[in-house]
Amino acid sequence: MATLEIHDLHVSVEADNASREILKGVDLTVKQGETHAIMGPNGSGKSTLAYSLAGHPKYTITGGTVTLDGEDVLEMTVDERARAGVFLAMQYPVEVPGVSVSNFLRSSATAIRGEAPKLRTWVKEVRETMERLHMDPAFAERNVNEGFSGGEKKRHEILQLELLKPKIAILDETDSGLDVDALRVVSEGVNRVRETGEVGTLLITHYTRILRYIKPDFVHVFAQGRIAESGGAELADKLENEGYEAYVKGGVTA
Amino acid sequence: MAEAQNIPVGSTTTGSIAVAAESTVATRMSAPPSYDVADFPVPHGREEEWRFTPLERLRGLHDGSAVAADGAVTVEVTAPDGVTVETVGRDDARIGKAGVPVDRVVAQAYSSFEKASVVSVPKEAVLAEPIRIAVRGQGGTAYGHQVIELGAFAEAVVVMDHSGDGVLAANVDYLLGDGAKLTVVSVQDWDAKAVHVAQHNALIGRDASFKSIVVTFGGDLVRLHPRVEYAGTGGEAELLGLYFTDEGQHQEHRLLVDHNTPHCKSNAAYKGALQGTDAHAVWIGDVLIRAAAEGTDTYEMNRNLVLTDGARVDSVPNLEIETGEIAGAGHASATGRFDDEQLFYLMARGIPEAEARRLVVRGFFAELVQQIGLPDVEERLLEKIEAELETVS
Repeated sequence: MATLEIHDLHVSVEADNASREILKGVDLTVKQGETHAIMGPNGSGKSTLAYSLAGHPKYTITGGTVTLDGEDVLEMTVDERARAGVFLAMQYPVEVPGVSVSNFLRSSATAIRGEAPKLRTWVKEVRETMERLHMDPAFAERNVNEGFSGGEKKRHEILQLELLKPKIAILDETDSGLDVDALRVVSEGVNRVRETGEVGTLLITHYTRILRYIKPDFVHVFAQGRIAESGGAELADKLENEGYEAYVKGGVTA
Repeated sequence: MAEAQNIPVGSTTTGSIAVAAESTVATRMSAPPSYDVADFPVPHGREEEWRFTPLERLRGLHDGSAVAADGAVTVEVTAPDGVTVETVGRDDARIGKAGVPVDRVVAQAYSSFEKASVVSVPKEAVLAEPIRIAVRGQGGTAYGHQVIELGAFAEAVVVMDHSGDGVLAANVDYLLGDGAKLTVVSVQDWDAKAVHVAQHNALIGRDASFKSIVVTFGGDLVRLHPRVEYAGTGGEAELLGLYFTDEGQHQEHRLLVDHNTPHCKSNAAYKGALQGTDAHAVWIGDVLIRAAAEGTDTYEMNRNLVLTDGARVDSVPNLEIETGEIAGAGHASATGRFDDEQLFYLMARGIPEAEARRLVVRGFFAELVQQIGLPDVEERLLEKIEAELETVS
């Protein structure tokens, strides 16, 4: 069973010629089949955790370990991490001019699966997955994220999640900027992947709204660069009622 | 009728759209067109037509100090049966009919060449095989003149290949008879130190169609003027271009389509990728719709993809319209960067770095390459693009 283990992770960014520590010792274990919601106020370091796990060059790991089934994730390049089974659904996916969605998906699937998917089954697989996400087939011929609406970008991220079948899926504020209909469609996509039991999900969100569609096994409150409190789904209800105020003011320290 | 779209991103991309009573395309040149080099002052670099060009790298082509040497450039023409290939003297009547040199270097070429090559396709001949013209630099300086002439309703494909090392200034005339169809591929695949300046003039007969594909990869400095004029109504011109500008290279394409005749069409689409320090691409797209040219339909587009830091693009589309009675006119220019965030995104989906770059560049050029319509040329270009990408660090 795939397990992602994060131990005492410290991460800094360089800004204005100074190094600023954002993650200050994160401990978290995500197993295949589990869903962990990471909630927290803006600036608490949630997205930094997501991008650090994917290997974004902007972030410098200054301490701690991350392993996937015992393999050192931090030693891997960005593409190696993806091929090892780590997937990051991005909050702000970038435009890639000149590369069509269909070409991108196929190149990606070929890299992740280690061989080019057979054309006939692949076309069917993409088409059916797009239908379930209520995406127009014409979408496949557009350039990656170019001119996509916010909702289209998120659907496209979840389309990739469904096609690439990672071991660990990190969803970075996938719910932000979505209306209720889009949120439902996107959540259904995430749930289809979860129901296979083969993915460990790290659901990063600012709001409890998405948790009505995607039920977490664990909820962690992120504050000031570390996990301030962990609990079950009931912790989300508490956050819904009380907000992050107690954490922001430094009232709780781990 | 006119629409303008201009999205500058990255380095300088400027555009203008003007509705003018008289042409400024002609007047903003520092001297009117002429066959005689003496009619052009030696440029100092601040003139509108020279401001992007590093004069010191022209190897004396601009100031009269470049002296031609025998055998500096060889020209080999391979043509199917029925095509006449001649080497003629300066007094041949077919020379210089398609256009007049517009700057000092091409006027120098016109004033200095000794023999011209004339390739003629007789009227109504439809060639099954392309005419191939291999222009090979052997070091040294040369001035050249090439004429390609199609009789009425003739159809031909010409592939002109430039390779080797040398300094070449030349004029190329394309004369299309009524109803003729000519496709010309001009590939600039020079060695690293070569300098190539040329004016390509197409004179398009009534109901004739001209398709030009300009492909520039090599050379230290390449500066080309693809130009189109119409000799009768119903003419069509399609000007496609593709360039891959590497570290230190200067590649400049200065187009002019002169809609001087009613009911003609033109479409220009140039795309370039740049990589490396001091890679410099210049694209000037001048389209002039004269008062007489009612029913004109024209569009021009330039796109650039900057792959690394330190490259520079100057893209200037310019559309001047002297009549409102046209079918359509528009232009677009955009310069985008392939940046670290795009690379991260593709790699985060398992795609290795080198492949990510290939994907982006191939995708960028694919749409244009598909419009060429000559499978062997298309394949060769894609291979060449792959080879260029291998040099990315």
